[in-house]
Amino acid sequence: MDVERRNNVTVTGNPSGPTVVLAHGFGCDQNMWRLTVPALADDYRVVLFDYVGAGRSDLSAFSEDRYASLDGYAQDVVEVCEALDLRDAVFVGHSVSAMIGVLAVGRAPERLRALVMVAPSPRYIDDDGYRGGFTAEDIAELLASLESNYLGWSAAMAPVIMGNADRPELGEELKNSFCATDPDMARVFARTTFLSDSRDDLKAVAVPTLILDCARDVIAPREVGAFVHQAIPGSTLVTLDATGHCPHLSAPEATNEAITDFLARLP
Amino acid sequence: MCRIGQEPGPHDADNEDDEEGPTAAFAALLEDSVEELYENAPCGYLSTLMDGTIAKINGTLLAWLGQERDAVVGRMRFTDLLTVGGKLYHETHFSPLLRMQGELSGIALEIKEAGGGRIPVLVSSVVKHGGGGEPQLIRTTVFDARDRRAYEEELLGARKAAEQARKEAEADRARLQDALAVLQQSLLPDSLPSVPGLDAAAHYRTASPDRLGGDFYDLFPIDADRFAFFLGDVCGKGPQAAAVTSLTRYTLRAAAVHDPDPVSALTTLNQVLHERYTGGDPRYCTTIFGTLAPDPATGRVTVHLAAGGHPPALVLRGNGKTEYLPTPGGLLVGVLPTATFTAATTVLEPGDTLLLYTDGLTEARTGDDRTALYGDEALLDFAADHAGRSAQDVIQALTGLLDDLGDGLDDDTALLALGAPALTPRTEATA
Repeated sequence: MDVERRNNVTVTGNPSGPTVVLAHGFGCDQNMWRLTVPALADDYRVVLFDYVGAGRSDLSAFSEDRYASLDGYAQDVVEVCEALDLRDAVFVGHSVSAMIGVLAVGRAPERLRALVMVAPSPRYIDDDGYRGGFTAEDIAELLASLESNYLGWSAAMAPVIMGNADRPELGEELKNSFCATDPDMARVFARTTFLSDSRDDLKAVAVPTLILDCARDVIAPREVGAFVHQAIPGSTLVTLDATGHCPHLSAPEATNEAITDFLARLP
Repeated sequence: MCRIGQEPGPHDADNEDDEEGPTAAFAALLEDSVEELYENAPCGYLSTLMDGTIAKINGTLLAWLGQERDAVVGRMRFTDLLTVGGKLYHETHFSPLLRMQGELSGIALEIKEAGGGRIPVLVSSVVKHGGGGEPQLIRTTVFDARDRRAYEEELLGARKAAEQARKEAEADRARLQDALAVLQQSLLPDSLPSVPGLDAAAHYRTASPDRLGGDFYDLFPIDADRFAFFLGDVCGKGPQAAAVTSLTRYTLRAAAVHDPDPVSALTTLNQVLHERYTGGDPRYCTTIFGTLAPDPATGRVTVHLAAGGHPPALVLRGNGKTEYLPTPGGLLVGVLPTATFTAATTVLEPGDTLLLYTDGLTEARTGDDRTALYGDEALLDFAADHAGRSAQDVIQALTGLLDDLGDGLDDDTALLALGAPALTPRTEATA
């Protein structure tokens, strides 16, 4: 199995620097990190990839069984690390990928030495004494909308691809693949993401961890960031003055600064 | 028609020159104004700050939402208007794409009415940049897509039904293939019996997994000293051919017990097939039937056989000589009420092998354009290269040949090799 091809692995940046792995969340693909990579590229070797089912991964490698749990995605991460024979890399995961990173550092501690969690949420659904930001009905409606509306979701992406004459830096290739997730696979990823409950996994994190949450995030509210911070011993929490769930896009400078600060302080 | 274009936007505060130009004249004539058009356009308009805070919204959209302007402007974000699915989609797809591309159009979302209802909409957004190129605000147009959603749902329903039908058809096909495979196996022996003083090996290759083949073979004891064998080919394919194959196989087995003389056995089969398939559906087959009498004292095997319309058997001699064992003139079995069959006899010396085959092999198409036939000569040459080898080795070599012929094989192929084992084990070192 060619993992680098399967996960569309990209290696960029400074080849002799320490390695940072950037992992995208539910939705798009590794292009989500395009404003982060330039901030790291001088000093770090940067590894990007797409989970199977997303972006330009090998869709034929998709298995509903494997990717019905976050373990399957964590296995992708571990296999990418093995394929590149990474040692002591830092894993940066956005959204659900932050939780995938928790599982991956547990499985391959010799390969991943630290964790950056961008807008993480270990559980999206409210629970006794826990506020995840969504009711069970909300998530049921979300999954139903994915189920019933995938024609809309997939077809809706087609017009998106046209017309970027004013942004020539967006190559044709990128435009044609960005966010073009297979709707069936996106549905599996959505179920896995939004029905997962990884709260118990947090306390096992034994590596230096930075948590970045956003001041105004409709998907991962601040209570969730605080919960993650409290649950992971010795973690650092930085709340970014950002709106939305993608601070690496909406507030790239602040996000990059927080990440590079953390990287520079690692022992 | 309401669309995002290059014209100055009606809600663009910088555009106050319009009233001086011809547009103003038309507007006056129509007793309309850009403000009124904005307010009451047949689509929703919305302007938000970059963080999503709603700065401006038109009356049409407010009416759809069932909201008061004061409750929305400066108080709600665009995502507050969306359902949970829409919120997540906005955060994971819409917003990142808009930031990257500066515009986005035709995205299917749902907005929430104050009363709890949902309105499917199509949303287009464009980022307005300031003089220094910095993003300032997001302009969004919202179209009512209820009709389109209903149409999509119909399409989706049809697609699901088609997917379900396809899955069922595939399952049916798999079941049918399983049933065919079982039936096919019932037409052939599970394994060849172990015969003292005889090497035996067989191979069956179906040309298509969907179709029951009409080739058959068997090897079985008839008394303490002798065994019978047969191999043949029923005309046609499919269930009807399989029925003939089954009848043929059990008729020959019974006939052999009754009278193992090869010509007698084929004559019995001829009568049975002819009687059974008289009328509009004649069925017949080609067959070689024979008996084997191994002699433990000498290691020789005496073969008596007879053929009806079947390609001649090959004899691969241990000394390297390879020849057909001709059985000319034998008639197809089952066509005529009485038929003549041609008998032949040979003795297999230790190291000799008798090879029976069906014409699936000799009539395999070869060559780049698949128009030539493999042919009797090629088979003779191939067999000659393997003379002196055990029955298993010969069958293994022929299996490889069938692999090489690949899709040139149009028809099923049955192979049966019967050999008198060499007296002393061959040593590879001297080969």
